[in-house]
Amino acid sequence: MSTVYEQRVTGIAGANPDAGLSPAELAAKYGLSVSGQRPSLPSYTRQLWSRRHFIVSFATARLVAMYTAAKLGQIWQVMTPLLNAAVYYLIFGLLLGTNRGIPNFIAYLCTGVFVFQFTQSAVLAGTRSITDSLGLIRALHFPRACLPIAFTVIQLQQLLFSMGVLGVIILATGEPLTLRWLLVVPVLLLQSVFNAGLALFMARIGSKTTDMAQLMPFVIRTWMYLSGVFWAVTTFTAKAPHWVATILNMNPALIFNDLMRYAMMTSVPASSLPHHVWLIIAGWAVLFGLGGYVFFWRAEEEYGRG
Amino acid sequence: MAETSTSETGGQVVVPEAALAVAAKSGAERVAAVLAGAPLTDAERIAGERAELERAARPSATGERVPTVIVDDIHIIYKIYGAGAGKGSATSALSRIVSRRTSPALTEVHAVKGISFTAYKGEAIGLIGSNGSGKSTTLSAVAGLLPVASGAIYTDGQPSLLGVNAAMMNDLTGERNVVLGCLAMGMSKTEVRERYQGIVDFSGINERDDFISLPMRTYSSGMAARLRFSIAAAKTHDVLLIDEALATGDTAFQKRSEDRIRELRKEAGTVFLVSHNNQSIRDTCDRTIWLEQGLIRADGPTEDVVREYEAYMKGRK
Repeated sequence: MSTVYEQRVTGIAGANPDAGLSPAELAAKYGLSVSGQRPSLPSYTRQLWSRRHFIVSFATARLVAMYTAAKLGQIWQVMTPLLNAAVYYLIFGLLLGTNRGIPNFIAYLCTGVFVFQFTQSAVLAGTRSITDSLGLIRALHFPRACLPIAFTVIQLQQLLFSMGVLGVIILATGEPLTLRWLLVVPVLLLQSVFNAGLALFMARIGSKTTDMAQLMPFVIRTWMYLSGVFWAVTTFTAKAPHWVATILNMNPALIFNDLMRYAMMTSVPASSLPHHVWLIIAGWAVLFGLGGYVFFWRAEEEYGRG
Repeated sequence: MAETSTSETGGQVVVPEAALAVAAKSGAERVAAVLAGAPLTDAERIAGERAELERAARPSATGERVPTVIVDDIHIIYKIYGAGAGKGSATSALSRIVSRRTSPALTEVHAVKGISFTAYKGEAIGLIGSNGSGKSTTLSAVAGLLPVASGAIYTDGQPSLLGVNAAMMNDLTGERNVVLGCLAMGMSKTEVRERYQGIVDFSGINERDDFISLPMRTYSSGMAARLRFSIAAAKTHDVLLIDEALATGDTAFQKRSEDRIRELRKEAGTVFLVSHNNQSIRDTCDRTIWLEQGLIRADGPTEDVVREYEAYMKGRK
């Protein structure tokens, strides 16, 4: 094969000003790069930054399109979180009675449900973000990290609707509006970074192992029961060995829930939070945000191949 | 999307003797026949002369032709899992896991068996060949969407591939698709605003009614293809790969898109066009590569290669 090929090249090169150059040398001479090669991390980040309008527009368009098939349309943005909270209140509040020992259980439950929902849907959407957008990936060239990030932005936009509902619920249960509510902003910011990182991480795994999309709902549900959504984690930690308790208390989803409750409810004292809570949660956000981004970038050239 | 050829001879490339005979017999003196070990004769010389003519017609700053795509002896092998029996039932999947056999039937399809060519700035290259000859596979590889088993592809910038079933966001309106498509290609918001009307006019979507504000899932396949091409063609591409994407458009649109391809070439881009419509290849391309069974049968001026190809196809009937 090689002899055939070399004969051809030398022959064609005879009619060329670049005679005698091998294809690789020719490519180097004119600055051509290997097709489909992954850009360096800084240049990838620059490309991603230049697509920021795409990410936001994509997320907004998707959010608007999400309920177009329903007759009530955008009302579902608000209805979905309300119904969620109602179902969980029925089961865990009225039927099982897990509210023992938790003052203002409705506010406690709704905060937990909405805040965890943000992480949950970001992870689930992130896992499918590559496989669900193969058409777009194969048609247009853009940094693929746009997709998991855009799906996280969609979930963030949905959470903002939920937070509006949540604010009303919490005020209705008799909590006062205090300056502490401002802490909602940094909590949401950190959680968004954390979720985006997790979505990026899962997007790469989900793009290779499509079985993950089937498996993730179970993983997420287990995580939810460990994250103090329906009951205080002290239920487990009281009797568990010290190291188990420490691990359970480091759970980022739990910390996000607790911080959000602390921000919005005066009935949650600062003493209920672990020590160095902001440091821990910022650590989680940076670790997952950067780690997920780099992990996703390392397979950039492989998305959409097949 | 997998255009595959199943005939494979253990990785070795064998050009059928019959193929040689056909190419030689049918007066292919001007076709740069890329056949096994064939000495490069008149065909190459004439191709060279033609290149010289083109260089004179299109003087570049340095006075030499600048390559944009170099394909260096690429082989592409599809690995297809579960092609054989055994997949589909849960019990067989379970028994596979238990017995630790990885895959019951891994079929390898050697779709492209050593293709090499160099494309230059301002060229429009047609790719022709029967179904399963490796045309779409080659384009996907040039676009970086398929890994090559061996060999290398060098490109100037990032080629854009426009396929026939490259879906956009079907649940969004045509309008949204235009804006999002442009943003994804890296345009700024002001650029999108400037180009928006041009893209819609070019696609002709709004000729009869206000279709652009309807979700794209309501479009006919021709309308969707027209809008996709209009979006992709709005940007100046260094290398644009078009895979049958124009086939579904009506005649008026095909004329418009051919004009646009010529413009893109003037802007020093390189255009590849896969089509089974020989007339549209003749109208748009000055050079044509004929693929057959994953190998290049001929590479040369469009008129000659297409005539060869037509004779060959007639002979196969």
